[in-house]
Amino acid sequence: MKEIINRNNLARAVMVISFYFAVMLLMNTGIIDSYIFLNIVSIGINIILAVSLNLITGFTGQFSLGHAAFMSIGAYASGILTAKLGMPFIVGILGAALTAALAGLLIGIPTLRLKGDYLAIATLGFGEIVRIIGLNWKYGGGAMGLNDIPRFTTWTWLFGIIVLTLVVISNFITSYNGRAVISIREDEIASTSMGVNTSYYKVLVFSLGALFAGVAGSLYANYFYFIKPDSFGFMKSIDILVIVVMGGLGSIRGSVISAIALSLVSLSLQGIPELRMVIYAVILFVMMVYKPQRLMGKLKIMVRKEA
Amino acid sequence: MELLNVSKLSKDFGGVKAVQDIDITIQENEITGIIGPNGAGKTTFFNLLTGLYAPSSGEITYHLRKDVRTRQLKPRKMSRYGVARTFQNIRLFKEMSVFDNVLIGNHCNMTYGVIPSVLRLPSYFSGEREASEKVTELLRIFNLLDKKEEKARNLSYGDQRKVEIARALAANPRVLLLDEPAAGMNPNETNELTRLIRWVKDEFKLTVILIEHDMSLVMKLCDKIFVFDYGHLIAEGSPESIQNNERVIKAYLGGDYVAQAE
Repeated sequence: MKEIINRNNLARAVMVISFYFAVMLLMNTGIIDSYIFLNIVSIGINIILAVSLNLITGFTGQFSLGHAAFMSIGAYASGILTAKLGMPFIVGILGAALTAALAGLLIGIPTLRLKGDYLAIATLGFGEIVRIIGLNWKYGGGAMGLNDIPRFTTWTWLFGIIVLTLVVISNFITSYNGRAVISIREDEIASTSMGVNTSYYKVLVFSLGALFAGVAGSLYANYFYFIKPDSFGFMKSIDILVIVVMGGLGSIRGSVISAIALSLVSLSLQGIPELRMVIYAVILFVMMVYKPQRLMGKLKIMVRKEA
Repeated sequence: MELLNVSKLSKDFGGVKAVQDIDITIQENEITGIIGPNGAGKTTFFNLLTGLYAPSSGEITYHLRKDVRTRQLKPRKMSRYGVARTFQNIRLFKEMSVFDNVLIGNHCNMTYGVIPSVLRLPSYFSGEREASEKVTELLRIFNLLDKKEEKARNLSYGDQRKVEIARALAANPRVLLLDEPAAGMNPNETNELTRLIRWVKDEFKLTVILIEHDMSLVMKLCDKIFVFDYGHLIAEGSPESIQNNERVIKAYLGGDYVAQAE
């Protein structure tokens, strides 16, 4: 126990809890209105998506373009459980996590041998398959989407799940499992020769990443009332990838900062809708050229300082 | 005692017969050298021994805690059997620190599992503490302790070689396969490495098999030498007998030179 309770962790815990109550207070006093909160929800969902994709692409080096599909699966699972079957939110979240993780397992196993561009194309194909199935799925509403999903996502749920995602993924990364995963990215043959079961870890990482994307999907579905297959298309996957790359592959903190920063940029440009995407693209471009090490640099793992 | 038995081992890649009909027996606690001109099949032989390639025909048997046969040779299981290796073209995890590189060598001895690492159970902390103590000790032996936070790719070539050996040792192997450990080292570094390999072998009670082109290292270090040429085993014996073996000289210098000398 004494390893967990030290000054660093206590300071972090105090910060996290006070941030939670600060936002809670601002919401109750009305300073954070429903419009601001809507943006907070999308930032939060983006954080979960980016951090979980970073686990797959940044740390393990498995280039995935299908992350939105896992989100979609989670959103539909939770939407159906809560709207059609009238289950409580926790069941929706768990159902979303489970189905998305299972999907991660299903896509992880056959693509084990694929690398780089090939894996990217396979996961892209997977994303399209999920979208097309969604469009033709009568029970799920087809192209019309799924309506009247109860709004369960509150600040408490959102914040709790963001913290959970960050804790689970960073704890995973700063353990021998995390080192194994990073070694796969660095040199798969050497990694195998050190006794790392690369197949196991790749599939594990795919389903763990998918699990959190699924949970993000359930937060999304249960906040915006309405989901349709097209909301989780190829462009959504690219959006998440952009956040991850900009924050730094292999940097959890980078993903969080970049998710917030990019959302704020896109928000502040809402006044000029014609130029919005242009300016957004230019910012990304300049960022990539002049700060190629991204926001937070690469690989900030310091296991031994905690151990 | 016999530790490794290779019989009638062949490997071909399409029409290229990289290794042909090799019969070798390696004794425990010896340093065995494998030499030969470039393209003789030495690295292919290593890759066969570590399960990276499946042989086209022939048998490989390790006599370790239990006997390990050809079919059981899988790269990721080798470290658990007690066989560790380094690579000819250094294969370090370049973006990771020296410390983390060696820690991964210890991967096969880590037992606490995924759930305890996520929940930070006591087994996580004790496992990590043990591992990092062991790695610190290894880095001290290799004189790399002050560079432990450096990224592996920023090290000099000689140091990278040392990190690779340290990483292999972290698995607690009984057999250590070194693929050209002295490549790219200057004479001083080679001398230091020669002493280090001998010391490590005695300290950890290892059986060492090494491929090397640097003859001073091979002759000083090895108890027995096998010479490969065009996939065939052309000579075996003590360093002295190899130095005077006509076929070996021919393989290295070419037949004409020998003829001229005569």
